[in-house]
Amino acid sequence: MIKRVVNYIGNPDNASTLKKIGYVSLVAVFISDFFVHRGHAIYIWDKIPGWGAFYGFISCVIIILVSKFIGHQGGIMKSEDYYDD
Amino acid sequence: MIDWFHPSIFFIFGAVLIPFLRGKVQQVYITTIPVLAILTVASMSQGTYWTCSFLGNSLVFGAADKLSIVFGWVFTIMSLIGIVYALHVKDSGQHTAAFLYIGGSLGVTFAGDYFTLFVFWELMAFASAYLVFAKREKKAMEAGYRYILVHIFGGVCLLGGIILHYVSTGSIAFGPIAHDGSLSFYLILIGFIVNAAVPPLHAWLTDAYPEGTVTGSVFMASFTTKTAVYVLVRAFPGTELLVWMGTIMALYGVVYAVLENDCRRLLAYHIISQVGYMVAGVGIGTDMSLNGSVSHAFAHILYKGLLFMGAGAVIQMTGKRKLTELGGLYKTMPITLVLYMIGGFAISAFPLFSGFVTKSMVVSGAAHDHRPAIALLLTMASAGTFLHTGLKLPYYMFFGKDSGLRAQEPPINMLIAMGMAAFMCIAIGVFPGELYKLLPYAVHFDPYTGDHVTSALGILLFTGLGFFMLLKKLDPEPTISADTDWVYRKGSRLFMWFVNKPLAAYENYLGNIYNTWFIKYTLKVSSFLARIFDVRLIDGCVNGVANFVMNLSETIRVSQSGLVRNYAFTMLLGSVVILAYYLFTY
Repeated sequence: MIKRVVNYIGNPDNASTLKKIGYVSLVAVFISDFFVHRGHAIYIWDKIPGWGAFYGFISCVIIILVSKFIGHQGGIMKSEDYYDD
Repeated sequence: MIDWFHPSIFFIFGAVLIPFLRGKVQQVYITTIPVLAILTVASMSQGTYWTCSFLGNSLVFGAADKLSIVFGWVFTIMSLIGIVYALHVKDSGQHTAAFLYIGGSLGVTFAGDYFTLFVFWELMAFASAYLVFAKREKKAMEAGYRYILVHIFGGVCLLGGIILHYVSTGSIAFGPIAHDGSLSFYLILIGFIVNAAVPPLHAWLTDAYPEGTVTGSVFMASFTTKTAVYVLVRAFPGTELLVWMGTIMALYGVVYAVLENDCRRLLAYHIISQVGYMVAGVGIGTDMSLNGSVSHAFAHILYKGLLFMGAGAVIQMTGKRKLTELGGLYKTMPITLVLYMIGGFAISAFPLFSGFVTKSMVVSGAAHDHRPAIALLLTMASAGTFLHTGLKLPYYMFFGKDSGLRAQEPPINMLIAMGMAAFMCIAIGVFPGELYKLLPYAVHFDPYTGDHVTSALGILLFTGLGFFMLLKKLDPEPTISADTDWVYRKGSRLFMWFVNKPLAAYENYLGNIYNTWFIKYTLKVSSFLARIFDVRLIDGCVNGVANFVMNLSETIRVSQSGLVRNYAFTMLLGSVVILAYYLFTY
């Protein structure tokens, strides 16, 4: 069972189906955020529907771009034999 | 009837027998001991036990309250999982070291005074270092030495702090420390945060953990940093400094994880990130945030153990550790993949997995304590967690471009151990109440509210969207990342250069001065003294005595004729002289 599911996901032929499932779940999560009760909201952004989706996406992009920038421009990424001499 | 029993006893004294056992007997033996320890914790009552008097102070080995018992639970459960994972290992030394290491962390957990704590603290450091050395490769040896040196530094700070604390307060009892800004406060704090891997004192972790043995690193990922979280919760709740340190940690680990190519080093950076939540929770110091730190440590030990086990299984079966060299393993290692993903979902805080019910407690703790920036930054870090541990690592390890590796599933014991951890990750996520009951403070917290679930899913799924959109940017690169260990890895070279070049030149210069002035004049004075004192006086005396003896012997030689009649005559003459002397005097 596990093997079949994993092989299905890994098979490049099914990529477009998986993509569709992905998009549907993104939309479903985004929309469902409009219909939940916000009794625990403390800050203004907690009250905005779709805030989680927005913030998650922005966070992801910021983390990737900023980290790669620091890594390449800040001289953090070194060749693998950097410590070997 | 024994009213209380210390679970460390099983591990520390049990370790002694391991080298004498072989094969199945050894396997049964090392599995039984963690089970006994779990039963001990399960039947444990709160109170203070096993105290003894030492140099006028009382040492407490068994300080059991809710806080120590909850850590006792997770440490013993993880010890069982880790041991099952390592059952196929034939190296008795590794099992012994792991036992001493676990015994040390349980010893710290139930220590009621700083002295006992310090002894177990050092036991942990040395026992765990062996798990790196046991790989017996040059890189591992070097990383192990750096690991032990950093921990010795931390241990010295801790001991110094403990002594100063004792001198000023007269007590060695282990408990909350007054925030008086004294040297002892900071020294103890440094000793603790070295083990908690708070930047910039964190580099030992990402340096050593990826170099340890496949099974040894699973233990390391579980015990050292979480023991440090435990002592921080006990001694430093509400320390403002820790709030920001923890938040920076959470993001620091995420940034480095983007750059990392070694799969276990990537996971190690996420230990730093996750421990950041716990450290921040300690710093906030409210009942809810402390509960959050403790429960997150509990969940973290299990899912991080699972992730290290998954990555370890891949390393063991393929012999490769870099993401650039892995890929396409889903076909031959599907079970490993699924178990790894359960850990990945747990650390990413997906609903119904353990991270969801614990991490949110820390973030809510920050929000309720009116710290919006902290809450936002911690949420951002959690997007990064899913990005790397739940997406990047499995994508490049199991999917991505096919590396051509056709590694099989790991041995059954490794899969069983991963299954046990995966079960715990889901059980905690589905039944959080059971974990919440164990927490030290009575706080009502319900993670499964509608808005919390949808917003968490929103964050995670849209992070996934970002991942696939920027996939090209995320391709792993065959590099290593310079971190603060640069200071003692490259910095030590600077020191050696200083020793070899300027310092050696200076030494040479001093040597010349010494040769020119000091040695020259010393030789002159000594040759003058040699001529006058040595030749005239000492030699004169010796020669004089020798001449006298020679002359004397020349004179009395005449009497040594060798003829008996001469000797008889001399004796007769002597007798006459003596007789005459007596006759004339009396």
